[in-house]
Amino acid sequence: MKTNQSAAYFFLAPAISAILLFFFVPVIAALLMSFTDFDIYSLGDYSFLKFVGFKNYISLFHDPLFWTALKNTFYFVSVAGPLSILVSLVSAMLLNSKLVKFRGIFRLSYFIPVVTTLVAVAVVWRFVYHPRFGILNYFLSFFSIDPIDWLGDPIWAMPSIILMSVWKNFGYNMIIFIAGLQNIPEYLYEAAEIEGANRWQQFKSITLPMLAPTTLFVSIITMIGFFQIFAEPYIMTQGGPLNSTLSIVQYMYQEGFRWWNMGYSAAIAFTLFFIIFVGTTIQFKIQKSSELI
Amino acid sequence: MKFREVSLHFFLIATGLLTLTPFIWMVSASFMAEGHASVYPPRLFPDEFTFEQYNILFSRLNVGINFFNSLFLAVSITLISLFLNSMAGFAFAKYRFKGKKHLFNLLMSSMIIPAQVTMLPLFLMLKSMGLINTYFAIIIPGLANMFGIFLIRQYALSIPDSLIEAARMDGATDFQIYLNVMLPLAKPILVTLAIFTFMTIWNDFLWPLIALTDSSMYTLPVALANLMGEHTRDPELMMAGSVITIIPVLIVFLVLQKYYMEGIMMGSVKG
Repeated sequence: MKTNQSAAYFFLAPAISAILLFFFVPVIAALLMSFTDFDIYSLGDYSFLKFVGFKNYISLFHDPLFWTALKNTFYFVSVAGPLSILVSLVSAMLLNSKLVKFRGIFRLSYFIPVVTTLVAVAVVWRFVYHPRFGILNYFLSFFSIDPIDWLGDPIWAMPSIILMSVWKNFGYNMIIFIAGLQNIPEYLYEAAEIEGANRWQQFKSITLPMLAPTTLFVSIITMIGFFQIFAEPYIMTQGGPLNSTLSIVQYMYQEGFRWWNMGYSAAIAFTLFFIIFVGTTIQFKIQKSSELI
Repeated sequence: MKFREVSLHFFLIATGLLTLTPFIWMVSASFMAEGHASVYPPRLFPDEFTFEQYNILFSRLNVGINFFNSLFLAVSITLISLFLNSMAGFAFAKYRFKGKKHLFNLLMSSMIIPAQVTMLPLFLMLKSMGLINTYFAIIIPGLANMFGIFLIRQYALSIPDSLIEAARMDGATDFQIYLNVMLPLAKPILVTLAIFTFMTIWNDFLWPLIALTDSSMYTLPVALANLMGEHTRDPELMMAGSVITIIPVLIVFLVLQKYYMEGIMMGSVKG
């Protein structure tokens, strides 16, 4: 097709300059910042700024609070991630059954938490988890379970946030799994039926392998999103009790925007980026190697 | 096989109820008088129905202004970014120019970088321009994004070149082609992207929390988080605040859910 270059540049210029100026420039600036001692004094006068090399990263390595945030975030990702994917897959398979009536209504009601404002649902759940008046403890009382101080107990606080996050997110992956299931050709199951394979065998040797690309995609987006957890603990626990729900992003936010240790905070941000990058690469590798088998 | 069918539906209904219960309780508690949601056993429905909490929110706590901020920002960012992203997506799909591949790949790499990385320098940039605590602080980082450009490019690739050629024969300028050929044909993807953008901006929390410092500038989620600090013992009031925050996105979703669901598929199949 005949095109003129200047028109292309005219169409591209606004979007590209916005992305370069307000995304890529800040990314590079943040990387440079992470090698400086940028703090509240530098905020007033940039001449106080000093290049400190890897000092921020070394300090992070020796910072017990950072390790706590790291541990909490990994705890959250490694439990909430697989759990929400499992719930998504099970609900997708149930909804995909030919027996289901009113499929649309079920799908919609499972999906609604996904689109609702995270801050608002975190506020709601904070009261759902209320030790005395919350509906969760009331519900559990029918099974003779004693009231639990969900958000006030360092042992229970993270599981509570995990439960809420699974509830909030499973609908999204469910939709993607339903699409994946519908792409599996029906004749594969018919052939397996003739061969005498039972349901579990069909699931193991048809459904799971055919869903592998979908599962990889779902795992990666879920992991990336969950590593960035912030609003849930910020609203429900403020990172407490005893820092048991302090996340990496919340620590970055506190260091950067509450104490104005911006150099240090930038180092936290880049560590997060690095972790997400490594996590994504590992999942691709696992997928590759399992395809070889 | 009847048993199978019944138990399946029983399970589906139970899951549905579990999913919706927090919302049902939220709506119901928002219509309760002060203190009426802090009782044991919890009430699932108000004993006396009142608009008191909504009244307090709008007349005393000025949540109306926060509602306006959220709406204004979500609508304006949606419109602006739709315009910029669609022009760029169109160019990537239908033009040949120097450095196209490299530029596209560079921009695609932005999708793996978490936004938090940009926030510190962005804050300093906007502060030096005097834009912190203004609408611009939220609008500027939302002007354009690669996700939108990518979605539109994928869609625009399917628009036949012959349509564009025909318009050019008729003497249309490049911008006229974009406006009168490309935009009308890309309407479905534009609607999808509009919903995604509107919801993302409406629901966003961390950046507005950083960039807006006066309560009169807060968006609804930031205002709600702020209220939570002072009203931990007022579930009724907080539930009314949550209802107000959730209703607009819920309406947008329910009305346009077909486009939203298609957007998820497109992101997942090609992303």
